[in-house]
Amino acid sequence: MDFPILWMKIAVVLVGLLATVPIMLFVERRGSALMQDRLGPNRIGPFGLLQAALDVVKFLFKEDRALRHTNQAYFTLAPWIAVVPAFMTFAVIPFASSMDWDGRHVSFQIANLDVGILYCFAIASLGVYGIIIAGWASNNKYSLMGSLRSSAQMISYELSMGLSVIGIILSFSSLKLGDIALGQGQAFFTVFGHTIPKWGVLIQPLGFILFLISVFAETNRLPFDLPEGESELVAGYHLEYGSMKFALFFMAEYINMAVASALVTTLFFGGWQMLPGFPYLHHVLFGSAEFQTQEIARVGFEALSFLSKIAFFMWLFVWVRWTIPRFRFDQLMHFGWKVMFPLSLLNVVLTAYLVMKGVL
Amino acid sequence: MLIKRKAPWWNVFYLIEVISGLLITMKHFLFKKTATLQFPEERREYSDRYRGLHYIKTVNNVENCTACMLCPTVCPAECIHIVAEERADKEKYPARFEIDLLRCCFCGMCEEACPKDAIKLSNIYEMAQVERIVLEKDVLLDQRGGK
Ligand code: SF4
Ligand code: SF4
Repeated sequence: MDFPILWMKIAVVLVGLLATVPIMLFVERRGSALMQDRLGPNRIGPFGLLQAALDVVKFLFKEDRALRHTNQAYFTLAPWIAVVPAFMTFAVIPFASSMDWDGRHVSFQIANLDVGILYCFAIASLGVYGIIIAGWASNNKYSLMGSLRSSAQMISYELSMGLSVIGIILSFSSLKLGDIALGQGQAFFTVFGHTIPKWGVLIQPLGFILFLISVFAETNRLPFDLPEGESELVAGYHLEYGSMKFALFFMAEYINMAVASALVTTLFFGGWQMLPGFPYLHHVLFGSAEFQTQEIARVGFEALSFLSKIAFFMWLFVWVRWTIPRFRFDQLMHFGWKVMFPLSLLNVVLTAYLVMKGVL
Repeated sequence: MLIKRKAPWWNVFYLIEVISGLLITMKHFLFKKTATLQFPEERREYSDRYRGLHYIKTVNNVENCTACMLCPTVCPAECIHIVAEERADKEKYPARFEIDLLRCCFCGMCEEACPKDAIKLSNIYEMAQVERIVLEKDVLLDQRGGK
């Protein structure tokens, strides 16, 4: 174990994830405003960029009231249970391929666990405990209803989520996210002299759609944000929360979004595999440079590709949120169990058959 | 009458509708002009018929009002208070003329009732104050409208 490098990687990932929260806050506010033909907050800082910073200051100075009707221990614990697993999931996601540096082998992934994907799902499903405990500890009917809905929703959608990635695991015969990202660099087929890489979305289109929908449900984003349901549950599970405790829930939502986008990218969009055009750019800019510089540039381009793919999916989360209205609860359950679940089973069977025939 | 519209068969695939919805929001995001008015810098222009802050019209620095008490009588919010007195140049004039804007509903009845063309409603709509004040006569005499 190379500890200095490990600490460095952890620091980069932590800071990066924390930085997504204010950025997403800005994007969500201004983006939604423009979609609704408004301007959004534009007064503080250039284009309103500092609004998020001021919000943080506001949250810090808000009174943190100890509500007497709540269960204090659980009430304090719940936001932490929501936010910590959100950070933990990122540990197994590779954000660039490995390189040799100064005789060391540096992999750009915090932990290359053998059970990679399973770890992701195991940790991601812990996040719902935060919501359930928050609803229970709040001692409030609205909150409890919200967290009940949340748990029902999680159970229904975790099933199809797990099943939809089995196709990917079958095609790449590995649970390690690093291997899956690497495997997506292989050539799939060629058209007009262009090699099309074996990205997950090409070999598993149905799996991709199912996974994307389940991820929306898992992160409690619209159209599946029933735990919050403002119109009927006021604010759902975080109704009683204020100040920094509420901010933690808020952070958990955005970090979950970032992790979900990273997962979608790694499983279906080639992870750190360079975007089309980047290999050429790399060749033109650094083709004649020293080997070491070339390697660093390659890692930089890969990380950039990874980031831009994540950014696209984060934007998709925002985009979908301001487009589609919320599902009704029975519609949600109907959709989860009668549409998503059979389709994901079908996907597993189909992929297994194709893998057996040697097509994939 | 309830008209049942039959959805086309492809609506079974909700995703197609979702994508067309996404395209609509993107169209608004990219191309549509925003409706926001940047308030302190930009202000909406109202016509002279707008019923805003009151004023009492003066001619040669003499108020038109003769304290006939028609406007306090007609005012549905009962927010006009007048104390009439006599003056050398005027048989009857309002020594005090107060309008409690917090009660005023800006119906414009005072303006309609006034036989002397004295009380007017201007098109000023920014009336926020930091404390509860009553408009006194000297404030009202400010000619703030073109009527
Ligand atoms: S506008 Fe209406 S409510 Fe206001 S002072 Fe005149 S009559 Fe009274
Ligand atoms: S109705 Fe006109 S003239 Fe009579 S008291 Fe009111 S403002 Fe004065």
